Amino acid sequence: MQHYVNIIINSVFIENILLIYFLGMCSFLSISKKVETSIGLGFAVIFVLSITAPANWAINEYLLADGALSWAGLDHINLDFLQFIVFISVIAAMVQLVEMLMDRFSPALYVNLGIFLPLITVNCSILGTSLFLVEREYNLIESTVFGFGSGLGFFLAIVSLATVRKRMRYSNVPPTLRGVGMAMLLTGLISMAFLGFSGISL
Amino acid sequence: MNLFSSKNKKIVKDPLMGENPISIHVLGICSALAITTKIDTAVVMTIAVVGVLSISNVVISLLRNNIPNKVRIIIQMSVVASLVIITDQVLKAYMYDMSKLLGVFLALIITNCIVLGRAEAFAMQNSPSKALLDGMGNGLGYGAILIAVAFFRELFGFGSIYGAQVFSDQIYMGGYENNGLMILSPGAFFILGLIVWAHRAYTNVIDKD
Repeated sequence: MQHYVNIIINSVFIENILLIYFLGMCSFLSISKKVETSIGLGFAVIFVLSITAPANWAINEYLLADGALSWAGLDHINLDFLQFIVFISVIAAMVQLVEMLMDRFSPALYVNLGIFLPLITVNCSILGTSLFLVEREYNLIESTVFGFGSGLGFFLAIVSLATVRKRMRYSNVPPTLRGVGMAMLLTGLISMAFLGFSGISL
Repeated sequence: MNLFSSKNKKIVKDPLMGENPISIHVLGICSALAITTKIDTAVVMTIAVVGVLSISNVVISLLRNNIPNKVRIIIQMSVVASLVIITDQVLKAYMYDMSKLLGVFLALIITNCIVLGRAEAFAMQNSPSKALLDGMGNGLGYGAILIAVAFFRELFGFGSIYGAQVFSDQIYMGGYENNGLMILSPGAFFILGLIVWAHRAYTNVIDKD
């Protein structure tokens, strides 16, 4: 149990997917203008990551990795060069599926998160998480927990930036620095705060 | 059609200055930050992106009249993903150490907004030759910012430029120290933020926000 808690703490604070690995910056910068929308995107990312991480783990384990096809009697086949294209298709399909299921069973949630779902397919953090869990050789439960933790880290980062940006409206920023430039500097400061966790080893 | 007509020159030149994908349109930031601790990784990444972007633009432009509108994103994505796989395999075969350094970030060219953005915004409407120029221009515009960020991070973080030591031992003996923050992630954010500011001040682009 403690091991899984450690994975979550590690992926939220110490190795935050956004502030330390820079994944998902595009939507991070463009959706963080309002707090409400950033919360919506954050939840959608947590949701999609918790589903795609175990799905991609299973596909890698039973179809793509070296010798993974041995259950079908094909021992010497290594398909891991197909990883990228398969992962991104799985993510796109999963997002579509989630969108349809949500529309059918929870229209209220669909109205709130629906507009963010198509954006998520091309969010680097989703593909990045799938690639990280292969690189780190996680098992099924570890992958799920890691996916959830990464999503939580993204949520935390985007909501904190949105709140800081809201405050920045009252300050007098040089015109050409407004928007992206200032957002980058603010992210730098938030990221510096998160570096404070980096000495902790779990 | 003249390859060096002023119109074609504009396609290549615009993304380098006034229409830069990173500092003006804010696309493709992820990889711009992660692999810029040293100039050599930034250079390899630039070459990879220029290659993938120009070829994907040409392929999509060739297919543009046969792609059904509803499934265009997934087709564009598979073209890009296949090209990235090829790039990754080539790097693994000929530059193994470099491919280890780039790691997952090479794969993330697939979700780099620049590639899909140009496919969607330019290649779907223009002829292959123009799409090629546009791909090269945008790839180079991306690379210019990437190498600029890497230049400052390597200079202040390691005291070297492209692997060659710039600050002599005497300077270090006199009390100068490399700035460790530059190698860590906040350094990347600060440098890119300042470059975006400088570039926008030069081209006079102002966000409405």
